[in-house]
Amino acid sequence: MKKILVTLLLLISCVGLKAQVKLLTLNELEQRVTKGKDTTYVVNFWATWCGPCVEELPYFEQLNAEKSKSPIKVLLISMDFKSKIKEAVIPFVVKNKLKSEVFVASTSNQQAFIDGVDKKWSGALPATIFINTQKNIREFYEKEFTYAELAAHTKRISNL
Amino acid sequence: MKRLVMLCMVVMGFMSVKAQNTGYRLGDLAADFKLKNVNEKMVSLTDYKDTKGYIVVFTCNTCPVSRAYEDRVEALNKMFAPKGYPVVAINTNDPVASPGDSFDKMQERAKSKKFTFAYLEDPNHVYTKKYGANKTPHVFVLQKTAKGNEVAYIGAIDNDQEMENSGRDNYVQNAVNQLLKGEKPTVGFTKAIGCSIKWKKEASK
Repeated sequence: MKKILVTLLLLISCVGLKAQVKLLTLNELEQRVTKGKDTTYVVNFWATWCGPCVEELPYFEQLNAEKSKSPIKVLLISMDFKSKIKEAVIPFVVKNKLKSEVFVASTSNQQAFIDGVDKKWSGALPATIFINTQKNIREFYEKEFTYAELAAHTKRISNL
Repeated sequence: MKRLVMLCMVVMGFMSVKAQNTGYRLGDLAADFKLKNVNEKMVSLTDYKDTKGYIVVFTCNTCPVSRAYEDRVEALNKMFAPKGYPVVAINTNDPVASPGDSFDKMQERAKSKKFTFAYLEDPNHVYTKKYGANKTPHVFVLQKTAKGNEVAYIGAIDNDQEMENSGRDNYVQNAVNQLLKGEKPTVGFTKAIGCSIKWKKEASK
């Protein structure tokens, strides 16, 4: 009986690990945001190889944890190469124990993805968009954030 | 009158600040430079004889996207230098902020990858800022005209960073081929994911 339980637990944790990083198209991102339960989304575009991105990720994690009871959600969209998901992205997520939802952008047309997120985005990382679906607010920034800035923007945009 | 002059100066001041932030646009005339190549020699665009233009690539040693494109940049030089469009690469990064981009490391990289194009350092990001390169790799194709070196293409090398797409759009190749035929590039501006520039510390603050 104990063995079965352990096996089950292992299986669940494996599934859990695997489920941590999914591919996401621009369309799926829009769906995730418009159909999700939350009203404010803080969507960060990053990559495992991007130093300033990796530096600010803990702030996004902190925000997500602190706002877990509010309708505010952090989504972390990695722009790593798709071929690096197993080799780089999943190990990174595991090592840094990321709790926010992590995706890898899936697109055959990077420019359409970039422009679809925001016309102002040059393609440089990191980039973050704050979305309030109720108020129809979208604010895009191609910059790094401190925790204080991130919290202030989120507060203003969510009104929470 | 004095006020008017002041106002003009203020307005012009704003304009130049704006121009600095946004860099070049299509049709602008690009500045020449004099920057140190990995072979220790200073390089300017005017040093190149019998050219029709230049493929200026802002890049670096350390960025995975830039590294994914190194062989393609070399191929561009092999393909287009004989036709009058040599590649001139400029490292955008501050060697203190990014030690992998020091001049020594640039020399090592150029040697190990056998670059046939100039690979220049840009101390204090002078030309990175002037051109408006905001990530690596970031390409500016310049066409030599009677007025000067006119910016004819700005953006990515192609739309296939991982070389997985057989229907790849080779943006730079297409643009230069069109210029060689005397046409204006159909696609003059593109975007792609790249690494942020590793700015010198005091400059970013």
